[in-house]
Amino acid sequence: MNTMKHILKPIASLVIVLVTFTSCNNTKKSGSNSGALSSNVAEKVFVAPGEHDEFYAFISGGYSGNLTVYGLPSGRMFKEIPVFSQFPTSGYGYSEETKPMLNTSHGFIPWGDSHHPDISQTNGEIDGRFIFINENNTPRIAKIDLQSFETTEIIEVPNSAGNHSSSFVTENTEYVVAGTRFSVPIPQRDMPIKDYKGNFQGALSFISVAPETGDMDIKFQVLMPGFNYDLSHPGRGKSHGWFFFTTYNTEEANTLLEVNASQNDKDFIAAVNWKKIEEYVNNGGGKMMPAEYAHNVYDEHTHTATSTIKKEVRVVNPTDVPGAVFFLPTPKSPHGCDVDPTGEYIVGNGKLSANLTVHSFTKMLDAIENEKFDGEAYGIPILNFEDVLAGTVEQPGLGPLHTEFDDQGNAYTTFFISSEVVKWKVGTWEVIDRKPTYYSVGHLTIPGGNSRKPQGKYMFAMNKITKDRYLPTGPEMEHSAQLYDISGDKMELLLDFPTHGEPHYAAAMRADLIKERSRKIYNLDENNHPYAAKSDAETKVVRDGNEVHIYMTTIRSHFSPDNIEGIKVGDKVFFHVTNLEQDFDVPHGFAVLGQNTSELLIMPGQTKTSVWEPTKVGVWPFYCTDFCSALHQEMQGYIRVSPKNADTPIKWSMGEDIE
Amino acid sequence: MKTKTSIIAILFAVLIIGCGGKEEKKKETFSYQKKSTNTEQVTTKKDNAEKPLPASQRVDLDNKGVGPITSINLPADIDQSMVAHGQEVYKKMCTACHRAEKKFIGPAPTGILERRSPEWIMNMILNPEEMVKKDPLAKDLLIEFNGSPMANQNLTEEEARAVLEYFRTLK
Repeated sequence: MNTMKHILKPIASLVIVLVTFTSCNNTKKSGSNSGALSSNVAEKVFVAPGEHDEFYAFISGGYSGNLTVYGLPSGRMFKEIPVFSQFPTSGYGYSEETKPMLNTSHGFIPWGDSHHPDISQTNGEIDGRFIFINENNTPRIAKIDLQSFETTEIIEVPNSAGNHSSSFVTENTEYVVAGTRFSVPIPQRDMPIKDYKGNFQGALSFISVAPETGDMDIKFQVLMPGFNYDLSHPGRGKSHGWFFFTTYNTEEANTLLEVNASQNDKDFIAAVNWKKIEEYVNNGGGKMMPAEYAHNVYDEHTHTATSTIKKEVRVVNPTDVPGAVFFLPTPKSPHGCDVDPTGEYIVGNGKLSANLTVHSFTKMLDAIENEKFDGEAYGIPILNFEDVLAGTVEQPGLGPLHTEFDDQGNAYTTFFISSEVVKWKVGTWEVIDRKPTYYSVGHLTIPGGNSRKPQGKYMFAMNKITKDRYLPTGPEMEHSAQLYDISGDKMELLLDFPTHGEPHYAAAMRADLIKERSRKIYNLDENNHPYAAKSDAETKVVRDGNEVHIYMTTIRSHFSPDNIEGIKVGDKVFFHVTNLEQDFDVPHGFAVLGQNTSELLIMPGQTKTSVWEPTKVGVWPFYCTDFCSALHQEMQGYIRVSPKNADTPIKWSMGEDIE
Repeated sequence: MKTKTSIIAILFAVLIIGCGGKEEKKKETFSYQKKSTNTEQVTTKKDNAEKPLPASQRVDLDNKGVGPITSINLPADIDQSMVAHGQEVYKKMCTACHRAEKKFIGPAPTGILERRSPEWIMNMILNPEEMVKKDPLAKDLLIEFNGSPMANQNLTEEEARAVLEYFRTLK
């Protein structure tokens, strides 16, 4: 016992020494490791003050209705572009010029739900001219000009509902495509909801984009069976000319879809040969049907939008065009429908499936050629699952939603339920890496991801749940995004950054193409606004019945006129404000006390109009809302409002008593 | 007790100086001779600040300013078609702040060629941000005109040259 103690003692002390030594060593090692690691990570996302980011990321605002512009790798937000929602910050949807942008066949709608931005392409490569985005609720597609970063066109999509499998462009931007998530009676009519099955239809809309101007027009709509068309992507390279749509609810349930739309073991990916249908339509195929939809166009010279209600649309019955539409069975309510850069593989992310299904375009063509069909649905041939299957990624995670690709032949899939991104090899279907996301990831984006030439380097995941990632801000938190470095074999988490609204999808690209072309001012010479005052001499106040038009100018640091009299209670006063500045980043703002709309923010060379209907007698100030110069606080004026029956003459002036 | 006295003394001194300053100012306009008394420093400063002509009236034909224009040859004859073009540009781009005949937000261009070199004028039009930072006259003008900045209206050199030709007719 004693000897035991004797032996134990030195051993114990040796152990202590060893532990101390190794633990000391360990601490040192892990300490220096994490230190080096984190500083390395910080360097990767650090963009020095005054330096520019390498990539633009355009992140949808979801229920904000807008589109936000970020820089990568810094994760800094540069701008919120108003698209489908009124935006008091700039006056979009409040000013007379921009109100028509939000007009629809249902009247003026101040809000939208924006989902999937996609950048225009030339020869399968991102060209950075325009970015398109869909509105989910009242189906519309918007086009944003990437010179001005302004929404310049919005087209409503008739016969559609829950415009979700949108707005993806073909590889020469021939079309921006919009598919319906909810099938509806076409044409809309009063009928029992329970009669859905066999009576409702789903419209897939092909909106042509004019090569030079980018003008949009609905070329045709394919009226499909009443499934839910969830997401879509274009074929590219060898599969250019085709478009692929995932479907769910092939059960055609009209209630409790949570259960009823998950009955079938397989739903479909619809493969649409749009070139074939285009040819059919060009030869007079399809028929025009009555419809009502708004087409809103913003003119950069009049600085004004006009809204036209269109009265008919061309529809095509897919069974009238043999060989144009096929169904590819795909397990378990596929959500994302993603095509790899070569155009060969179509990934169906079956959200209730344990495996990822990848179809082969070549095998699909072969099956079609040999007419290996496994029945039909509403006259549309169904191909054999095994005939078109290229491979499966086995048990990669839970709840696959979306897949993007890098430029090295790898794919990255998000898993909502297991909150992770899984990297796998296209062709061998082996899982290479997985990284957690925080939390519940939806879409992910790789710059140039939806094209023949992904630009790689970074991937970011857009998450639905934020929880503890930031300082808490009450029950509502901005959604979180995570940026990963994907240049190595293993993904590396670099950065968390908050996003705005509920970002669904994003489009990203190298900054250089867009940066060089970004507009700095609007040329005053090219301002064709009917109420523009292009110089001080053109300022005036004109009464026309109870409407009063004020032709006003702004320049640092005054309004002209800045004293206005002769307005009466009950008048409708139009402030048409022209910003005479011709210098980059010198906007002026305009607000008048008691205005029932938002301020105006007027870019150099622009004219914008705010309507004011004064209800009270008095002398009311107006002022510049955008801090424009050292004399910004002096940038103000007064407007006198007299009683309804007063005979105060119309008078205006600026600087009358100046020395 | 001692500190109290010295504080009072300092206060007193300050008060005296303060009063003295004020008095000097009042007298300045009456007596030029006051300049070289023992309050010299104060008065010289004030005299200097008030005496020189405002920048808008100062004549400096050698200063070419800072900017893209380093040398311009003005032919003896005024080019009337250029004048018309310049007047048009001036009307569109400059009248928000300048009146030909009178001081407005900015100075009047009438007679400007008697006070400034043609290069200086064009540089002020083409490169105002740098001018108000580096050119002594432009700096003083900014102060004289209440800090109201000369806006860069992004004229081309050709347009600025035409405006200059128009200014030659304003005498």
